Amino acid sequence: MKIKRRDFLKGAAGCGVLAAVGQPSLAEAKKKERLPGALGFLYDSTLCIGCQACMVGCKKANDMPVESSDLLPIWENPRDLSAKTINIIKKYEDGTGKNKDQEADGFAYVKRQCMHCTDPGCVSACPVSAMRKNPDTGVVTYNKDACIGCRYCQVACPFNIPKFEWESAFPQIVKCQLCSHLLAKGEIPGCCSSCPTGATVFGNTNELLAEAKRRRQMEPGKYYDFPVASIDSGKTFSQKAARYIPQIYGESEVGGTQVLMLAGVPFSKLGLPELPEKSYASTAESIQHTLYKGMIAPIVVLAGLYYFVNSSQKDTD
Amino acid sequence: MKCRESDFEKIPSGVSRRDFLKVCTATAVYMGLPASFGPKIAEAATAAKKRPPVIWLSGQECTGCTEALLRTSHPTLEHLILDLIALDYAETLNTGAGHQAEEYRAKSIEENKGKFILVCEGSIPVKDGGIYCKIAGKPVLEILKETAPKAAAVIAIGSCATWGGVPSAEPNPTGATPVYKILEGTGIPVINIPGCPPNGYNFLSTVLYYVTFKKLPALDDKLRPKFAYGRLIHENCERRPHFDAGRFAEQFGDEGHLNGYCLYKLGCKGPETYNNCSTLRFNDMGTWPVNTGHPCFGCSEEGVGFNIPLHTPAEVKNVTPGAVQTPINVDHGGGISPGAAALAGVVAGGILGAGAVAMKKIDQEEKKQD
Amino acid sequence: MSEAKPVGGKVFTGPFLFFLVITLIGIFFLGKRFMFGIGAVTNMNDGFPWGIWITYDVVVGTAFACGGYSMALLVYVFNNGEYHPLVRPALLASMFGYTLAGVSVFIDIGRYWHIYNVFLPWFTNFNSILLEVALCIAAYIAVLWIEFSPAFLEAKSGTKSKVNKLLIFFIALGILLPTMHQSSLGSLMILAGNKLSPLWWTPMLPLIFLISAITMGYTVVIFESTVSALGFKRRLETDILAKLSLVIPILLIIFLVIRFGDLLMRGHFGLAFSGTLQGNMFLLENILHILPLVILASATNRKNAKMLFLSACSLMLGGLLFRFNTYLIGFDPGTGWHYFPAIGEQFITYSIISAEILLYMIFVKKLPVLSSHGQARA
Repeated sequence: MKIKRRDFLKGAAGCGVLAAVGQPSLAEAKKKERLPGALGFLYDSTLCIGCQACMVGCKKANDMPVESSDLLPIWENPRDLSAKTINIIKKYEDGTGKNKDQEADGFAYVKRQCMHCTDPGCVSACPVSAMRKNPDTGVVTYNKDACIGCRYCQVACPFNIPKFEWESAFPQIVKCQLCSHLLAKGEIPGCCSSCPTGATVFGNTNELLAEAKRRRQMEPGKYYDFPVASIDSGKTFSQKAARYIPQIYGESEVGGTQVLMLAGVPFSKLGLPELPEKSYASTAESIQHTLYKGMIAPIVVLAGLYYFVNSSQKDTD
Repeated sequence: MKCRESDFEKIPSGVSRRDFLKVCTATAVYMGLPASFGPKIAEAATAAKKRPPVIWLSGQECTGCTEALLRTSHPTLEHLILDLIALDYAETLNTGAGHQAEEYRAKSIEENKGKFILVCEGSIPVKDGGIYCKIAGKPVLEILKETAPKAAAVIAIGSCATWGGVPSAEPNPTGATPVYKILEGTGIPVINIPGCPPNGYNFLSTVLYYVTFKKLPALDDKLRPKFAYGRLIHENCERRPHFDAGRFAEQFGDEGHLNGYCLYKLGCKGPETYNNCSTLRFNDMGTWPVNTGHPCFGCSEEGVGFNIPLHTPAEVKNVTPGAVQTPINVDHGGGISPGAAALAGVVAGGILGAGAVAMKKIDQEEKKQD
Repeated sequence: MSEAKPVGGKVFTGPFLFFLVITLIGIFFLGKRFMFGIGAVTNMNDGFPWGIWITYDVVVGTAFACGGYSMALLVYVFNNGEYHPLVRPALLASMFGYTLAGVSVFIDIGRYWHIYNVFLPWFTNFNSILLEVALCIAAYIAVLWIEFSPAFLEAKSGTKSKVNKLLIFFIALGILLPTMHQSSLGSLMILAGNKLSPLWWTPMLPLIFLISAITMGYTVVIFESTVSALGFKRRLETDILAKLSLVIPILLIIFLVIRFGDLLMRGHFGLAFSGTLQGNMFLLENILHILPLVILASATNRKNAKMLFLSACSLMLGGLLFRFNTYLIGFDPGTGWHYFPAIGEQFITYSIISAEILLYMIFVKKLPVLSSHGQARA
């Protein structure tokens, strides 16, 4: 039996519908703006002294277990973020490693934890809404009672933040939730309250952004007042301003993050990815929403398919 | 409480041989030398016909450095100046005075030309020809310039002599200048023993090292002996574990302060001050500022003590970042293992083999079907 | 048109026992996985949260299982009843492919006891591509069993059942659902963003995956028919396969034009020749796609069973590599993460493949799946 011209055209029309459905339309999704009540913190690498007090503060605040590794035979020495460590200080070192916040022959610290994106990939990815963005504070939280453990959030996070309990028969995803339980009590996150130098300052992201911009204008080597613990704590330390690189990490990366970073060496050296301004979540969602808006397209296609299958059956009968 | 007789017996007027060796061995240990160097030091200090002569000059100072030295007990000061060195001139300790003392100084310098050790305590004013500090009518600047070329080595003791100290604080009205700057370019070896005051043993060890080996101990780029100033106070501080755990005293007298937490937030300069206070301590009784509850104020560090406000947090220095921090890129393993690779290889090979067999079979089948 | 008939014969043959042993080894490791956690048997880690279980068992597995979808598309939408004999075996393979992909998902997800949360309206997240994939695959598994159900009924009653209106609906649904989730399996990796090499990351991923899946469907039908013929000592269906294989070069041209056009437009084509593992794998992947295009472009080759089988193998490997590249080889989370499947992890995958083969053997022997005209030679 040969393909009849009429049938071929019918089929081709069907394919056209399918192709139209399959064709991603790159209609610009509405850019998600930073919430007015967005909470986060500003991490200033030049003020960080690598004391790791924030790591201890974090473990204490979140009741996390210790983690030892082969890095050094000591009680607590995580190698990287893991299901037991959701906040870590890492060091960048180059050449002689003698000068702080200098790219060549220098060293610098970087604090890694959840960035609390404005448009988080993990929230977009999670099929069961276990990852949620608080509508007021924008803090990205995790609900283990919803989670099915599919780990798509790990794939979707540009910063590799969500961690999985691989060695557990009943695992969970573990990530920084900006000490939401402390925020509810009016306290500030453990890493911010324990930071001795004010390298990690808690506050409203919009205020923190203004503070980061202020620091960028500072004259290197001069003494300035830097807030400690939280931006509105009223407590300040007078410290020497360092030479900042102009970029404020998190200002626009993947649509902006609620945690902001300042540093003296390029962020790519500190292990932070170079990211576009448009979030991957919005790219994926715009494709998805174009295809499945109100399930109209799939229903139309289904109706068409029903017609084709039905008529083909009549032909054979 | 009544003091027992025996308590006083321990202070010897003449030192027994055993005690003396103990002192020399202890000195060797301070300098990081093997204990076996103790007898060698003892030999050097006593065998020489003449004890090494020392001339002690005073500039703009408070005698604090001398006072601190007086409180050393092993050896005691009298043992030091009577048995180990010949302290030929020192304004604070001279028995003679006036012309008598000045003459004896001149005589000693001439006799021991090229052999004596010159110790300078206090900064040297240079403004207006150095008129702000005169001894016997002569600016100390000139005395230093005359004496130093004849000395075997110059030891600048105390922060004033090493980098200006209190007299050099803003606006520095006398033009107080450290000794090494005045002697810059003359080729005269200078050793800096900073501190306000420096630990007496740092000074003593340096002198005995020189006497024993006839050379200067290893110095850092700021001319400080490495055995004493090689590490930050912070590195060996007894409160360091609190720092690492993020436990800080926020205010004097608060809960953290009472619990002996880290004093960093109160402005402790330990993290930027190179000295051995946290291990050697003072006054032979294990005391030093930090264990009394006061932050280190960086007296021995140039540009820190008397320069940065007392309660401004320190700029934490590390020669290299600590080994505790994990690097940016960590190898997490999870790579290919021989067993897993072999298994995958066998399966891939099996599939390809099966494919080849299938191809052959198709040939046979086709022939049969034809 | 020839009727489908059970092949019959002994179930416990040599190959059957071989695959049974592999399945049992896999079950041992499965026990380990459920008792001690995923980390106890796999090399998956926080950098590579998805390993071969997702990449092979789900993504490649369902693509290989697209035979039913592709054949349904050809037979019902393009109204080409001629290929009807190929539909039922293809449907059977699809049914197993998808069912075992579903089982794999259950093994792979960490909190499997919560799997029903996907269906709870108060938990669903309609922004999630994975939700769409999960619901579609779940629905499609059900649809496949319903579509295949006539075989059970025929086996019981011995008569050919009539296709009723309801079944037509399910056939239509059986075409819609794979269209949706096979494209979404591509969309999944859009979220990987910076972690996925630009050789594979493109907003066109859903379209490329869909075309690839349809192509794979036809390829698998050719492969399966040939292997069945050899395995069950039946006639080769070269005539019908030759006609069917004409579709493949057409689809391949569309696939390659979109693939390379997109890559050139985004300006990342140079990466292919960077000499890195990723670049070389990209080249290999495309060679495996171009080779069957070249072979099947010729009408004489299409009539040659050997050439058909060779191009089917090449394309299956190409499709497999394309998916491995997109999910694993092109995926680089940075900062020192590596992944190569551990022994236990591999065995679980092998056992799933073995289980699929075992079931296929049983079903084909006991149920009317393969068309009877093949049985002429015995």
